[in-house]
Amino acid sequence: MEPLRPSDAHDSAPVREIEQPTLGLAGWGRFFWRQLTSMRTALVLLLLMALASVPGSIVPQRSSNPNGVIQFRRDDPELFAILDGLQLFDTFGSAWFSAIYLLLFISLIGCIIPRTTHHLKALRQQPPAIPKRMERLEHYRSFEVPGDREELRNRAQKLLKKNGYRLRVSEQGVSGERGYMRETANLVFHFSLIGILAGLGFGTGFKYEGQRVIVEGQTFTNQLTSYDNFNPGRFFTEDSLEPYAISLNRFEPTYEFDVGTGRANPLDFEAFVTVTSDAGQFQEVIKVNDPLDIDGTSVYLLGNGFAPWISVYDPEGRPVFSQPIAFLPQDSNLTSLGIVKIPDGLSKQLGLLGFFYPTAIELDSGALTSIFPDPDAPVMTFNVFEGDLGLDEGVPRNVYALDTDSLTQITGGDTGENSLVMGLGDRVELPSGLGYVEFTALPRFVSVDIHRDPTQLPVGLSSVFIMVGLVVGLFVTRRRTWIRLIPGDTDVVTVEFAALARGDDPGLGAALDRMVADFSQEDKSKMETS
Amino acid sequence: MIDSAALALIGVYSAMLVYTVAFLFFTFDLAKRSAKTSVATQSRVLVGSGGLNREQEPPVNAPASQASGFQRIAMTLLVLAYVFHLLATVAQGIAGSRVPWANMFEFGLTSTMLAVSVFLGSLFWRDLRYLGAMVSGFVLLSLGVVTVNFYVPVVPLPPALQSSWLVIHVFVASLATAFVALAAALSVFQLLRARFEANSIAKAGLMNTLPSSSALESMAYRLNVVGFVFWSFTLIAGAIWAERAWGRYWGWDTKEVWTFIIWVLFAGYIHARATRGWRGSRSAWLAIIGFGAVIFNYTVVNLFFTGLHSYSGL
Repeated sequence: MEPLRPSDAHDSAPVREIEQPTLGLAGWGRFFWRQLTSMRTALVLLLLMALASVPGSIVPQRSSNPNGVIQFRRDDPELFAILDGLQLFDTFGSAWFSAIYLLLFISLIGCIIPRTTHHLKALRQQPPAIPKRMERLEHYRSFEVPGDREELRNRAQKLLKKNGYRLRVSEQGVSGERGYMRETANLVFHFSLIGILAGLGFGTGFKYEGQRVIVEGQTFTNQLTSYDNFNPGRFFTEDSLEPYAISLNRFEPTYEFDVGTGRANPLDFEAFVTVTSDAGQFQEVIKVNDPLDIDGTSVYLLGNGFAPWISVYDPEGRPVFSQPIAFLPQDSNLTSLGIVKIPDGLSKQLGLLGFFYPTAIELDSGALTSIFPDPDAPVMTFNVFEGDLGLDEGVPRNVYALDTDSLTQITGGDTGENSLVMGLGDRVELPSGLGYVEFTALPRFVSVDIHRDPTQLPVGLSSVFIMVGLVVGLFVTRRRTWIRLIPGDTDVVTVEFAALARGDDPGLGAALDRMVADFSQEDKSKMETS
Repeated sequence: MIDSAALALIGVYSAMLVYTVAFLFFTFDLAKRSAKTSVATQSRVLVGSGGLNREQEPPVNAPASQASGFQRIAMTLLVLAYVFHLLATVAQGIAGSRVPWANMFEFGLTSTMLAVSVFLGSLFWRDLRYLGAMVSGFVLLSLGVVTVNFYVPVVPLPPALQSSWLVIHVFVASLATAFVALAAALSVFQLLRARFEANSIAKAGLMNTLPSSSALESMAYRLNVVGFVFWSFTLIAGAIWAERAWGRYWGWDTKEVWTFIIWVLFAGYIHARATRGWRGSRSAWLAIIGFGAVIFNYTVVNLFFTGLHSYSGL
């Protein structure tokens, strides 16, 4: 039985257009369904999907490049409003992209469900009977051999069986069909595509991902308040956070100085951690490309930098602030930018805008720069601002940004006061006797992403089936072969071979020749032995 | 002693020199064929293009008998250039003590080398020597661009690339590129040949020496199907690696978007080949557009789009 194809598959019989005076509701429904599940529609939808993806690579996307979106809005607010109205910053979640892929999947389902039931039937049916006029088929061979018809029929059966054919034996000869796996694999491939979509649909709600900066010596415990940033799926509940803790013992980067380019090439990043969970306490190393898998979540090492320990003292030398501050790296030599906010303890609120240079050198202009990412000559500079930090209104503020609108700069820039400059362990005095700042210690920090992604298993499994279905479906050939045995007047039997391709099969003629040769070979060897 | 990186460059330049001469001889061969319109070739055409839809066996090996002296010289030179190319690739690998496909120059070097490998390998399957001019010309051009514009000194692998997936994912991607490149060359000839068949331009001597458009289409299809399988694998392997390295298997990064677009285009091509009215020239155009997207993905996306695949070193 033929694999069922949409009516516009290249090997289906052309459908004659039927003049219908009026179409009822059901008629229109059938018409649209037929249109939607046709090959042409699927093809157009596929090409549309390719085309619709293009803006997702040109316009920055909220999902993959949120900073790019913010930048775009700042640079061109008018164009931003237009493009945002078209959902171009969320291309792959947009209404129009969703419409295309949903239609494509409906079309796909409408195509493969009938094909599956049809194929299941075909799998139970016998190959078609020998056609009356075999010689009309594209691949046809005929020859005469001496021998008994029964014996030749056995030989024909054996031959087809050996070539993987399913058989139907009749009075006239043998029919065979092979390559049912092709359609099976084809269906597996397309069902697996649905599997991916379904896996995403059901799993995404249970996902969560969070980011956290951990400084050497600090411990992260897996609870909602520990995260710097957290994106839960729709069905996330707080008790689905597995109870574990990760302590960062130390972070070790390895760099190599390239004499030729003068650049430092990173060779390795290793975070040595102690993990405490229900299973006990153990030492682990997290690396790029080698996340830590724990209790169904994965902990990825995605960033690192320095978190200089800053202490601030009042004029009497009493400590009012002492903690490590994560500085954000600005270049490959880890020139880093950090913000220290001192709301209490001094006579005024202070904001410190700091630059940190791990291996500092002074340029001709007098400016500092870092020439290597390891702290060989660490230098810290601070521009000091005083005034209102805006922390008292209860509005959440970005810890990595200093809003200078209601602050007055008192060192650096045009103030006439030099910026504070200090090496590791130095303590310098703030202007107007406000107090002292100390660069106490220099721990490093890592930023980790913690993900739980229940879509991985279904999507991964579907991908495996996609590959298997693809390879089998594209390389197994579906063929029919018939062998007719016509007894002559004497001991000679006329043998007819004919083969029919189902789909692209340029090797069919050669395969038929091989089978004919195989069939006759047995004759020759028998004649030689007798 | 000269170091391996310098040796690799010497190899590349030597290969380019010999590819240039090979390209010239391949074009001499094509020119000679264009000039020739013998009775013998015309009668062959009648068989070849007579029954477009229902041929006996596609006369895929028709031009074999016509291997001219030019073509033989060109093939010998191509093999010589390939040896230089291969040595250059190996030397580049030794220079970095790793696989030679970790930046744009190296990827270009390796994938063009694989394209010639696939071309030479395909000759055991079918006689595709008439593609020689396109293959040598394309490889020459690509080598020129990657060496002049994309060359960077060898540096150690950054931590993000230190993974066995670099070996698998990128190698299979270059292999897929090699297959669809060869198929695109066949599709170009298919389109030319189809026009020739439609108009029966008696003077088009070159076209007479080519297989029928449907035979060209069938060969292009088989190469594209292999390319598509490799591309699917590239996409899946890339996703697995992305999960390990970036914490998610799919994030619509610009490179991911274009890998997806290419996959969808070739899926469309395979469907087009099974859709009435889309076989033949239309599907050939799709295959060529698909290959164009592969080149776009390698050049424009790498150089001008912001994304995570920024390993060109430029």
